[in-house]
Amino acid sequence: MAMGSGSKDCTRGWIFAVTTEARKRRPWGLWGLKSALHLACGVPLLYLWAKVAAGAAGGDPVQYIIHFLGMGILHTLAATLLVSPLARWLRAGILIRTRRLLGLWCFTYAVLHLTAFATLDLLGDLSLLGSEILKRPYITVGMAAFVILLLLALTSTRGMQRRLGRRWQRLHRWVYLVAVLGPVHFWWSVKSGNLEPALYLAAFLALLSLRPSLNPAALWAQFHQQRAQFRQGKRR
Amino acid sequence: MGKGLGKNEKWQLPNEAVTPEAVFRQRRRILQCLGLSAIGASVPLGVQAGLSEWFGKPAQAERKALTYEGSRRFGIRDTLTPEDKVISHNNFYEFGTAKTDPQRYAQELQTDPWSVEVSGEVERPGTWTVERLLQRFPLEERIYRLRCVEAWSMVIPWLGFELRQLLEQVRPTGRARYVAFQTLYDPKQMRGQSSRAIGGGIDYPYVEGLRLDEAMHPLTILSLGLYGKTLPPQNGAPIRLVVPWKYGFKSIKSIVRIHLTEQRPPTTWNQLASHEYGFYANVNPAVDHPRWSQASERRIGEGGLLSARRIATEPFNGYGEWVEGLYQGMDLRRDY
Repeated sequence: MAMGSGSKDCTRGWIFAVTTEARKRRPWGLWGLKSALHLACGVPLLYLWAKVAAGAAGGDPVQYIIHFLGMGILHTLAATLLVSPLARWLRAGILIRTRRLLGLWCFTYAVLHLTAFATLDLLGDLSLLGSEILKRPYITVGMAAFVILLLLALTSTRGMQRRLGRRWQRLHRWVYLVAVLGPVHFWWSVKSGNLEPALYLAAFLALLSLRPSLNPAALWAQFHQQRAQFRQGKRR
Repeated sequence: MGKGLGKNEKWQLPNEAVTPEAVFRQRRRILQCLGLSAIGASVPLGVQAGLSEWFGKPAQAERKALTYEGSRRFGIRDTLTPEDKVISHNNFYEFGTAKTDPQRYAQELQTDPWSVEVSGEVERPGTWTVERLLQRFPLEERIYRLRCVEAWSMVIPWLGFELRQLLEQVRPTGRARYVAFQTLYDPKQMRGQSSRAIGGGIDYPYVEGLRLDEAMHPLTILSLGLYGKTLPPQNGAPIRLVVPWKYGFKSIKSIVRIHLTEQRPPTTWNQLASHEYGFYANVNPAVDHPRWSQASERRIGEGGLLSARRIATEPFNGYGEWVEGLYQGMDLRRDY
């Protein structure tokens, strides 16, 4: 307990230092945080390029590249979904401003993953791509997740946010579906050994349950409350 | 044996069709640069060497030159897959599930001394050391296509001898109908066998099997080498099966036991997912894997990433002329 709150205080202190600058209308802290996140998301691509260029990704690195980019989608998606619980926990609302960049990195990895599959594995055979999307459940699932990410990326600008108003929020909740479809696609794509995909699926379900709107305990309590209210109403 | 497989001129490999290894390497280096630039990853050779060093690769197990007589390719005119790709892109889950894992983690495998136990429905059961096999059965080069069930393929110059030569020596009894094979089980040497997470959740040892007539077919070989030298550990040293008309997983690696049986033996991938991997596993473009198409394949050849080609997959991997007789009257959609 003590250790938990200690580390929480420590993290809060660190975030406070970062965000104070922003509060003073000198957003160096936020700028620094954003730069660090861009770096964290971009460096793996550099690593991938170097590994392939060095011939260290195997004699035929296609599967390696596709898998690496796929894992990139899952990791950036997890980071995106972690932002709002973290902001709430640390009471640092300003963190929300890093969410869009993380989401766009997730979309970038998704574009690269799909492009690598279509060009390196299927070698640009678009009719094969089309039939595989329709015929193979795991690719259908992956493609559905991609379409959602595409919609979210297209509506990620401030202008679109303003224009869509309340509908924007509702649209962007579809990312929760991506958080389930992604690990399912991973699970389905492996030949054997489902341990790793299972861990990812569990982690994403845990991330989703951190949201008040999706928290099982909160939903259960809400259900009880409503039932009680309903019974009370009946008695009267 | 409808069609005999004597020394037919059609399968003789003309000398000019073989590329000397030195030329191969040189060509490969040039194409590697070209291939890399094709994906926008053009780097000077010096930088590339530096990067390679940075990522590191364990010292490769020593491979001895083997003597062999003659080379046959059974009508296959395809360009060979360069040796460095053949030995760095492997499925050998005993060492991990990534394609690069076998090359990285198999180098310490003790392949000498090694012996293969031949048992079951045979008149002369016994143990054959690799030396004895090499003494008894002269090696020959066989240039075969290897079609992986994952829809990629290679063309590999194996060195080996026909399995039927060994079987004729041990004399199958009248009850023998199947041949079962088993890979080494040694979790100390094979990291995938000591951890289900590393080994892809497979129950080891890896086992495979053939019908006796498939095992006796002249195309079925026991291979002890490739590209003129002994097999690298990642390719199944010191001795493996090669059945060119079946998906690659049938060609079991690092064999320690050959057991003849009356009943059909269990086979690893079939046990793991019988709706995806049949006992026969003949290459068949008309029967898709439930999760991907088998109608075409990525041929891993020379050059960089984008120079690979997608080609139509042939029934029996192009060896139908010699093997379709084995399956007369069978519904290959049901017996996939």
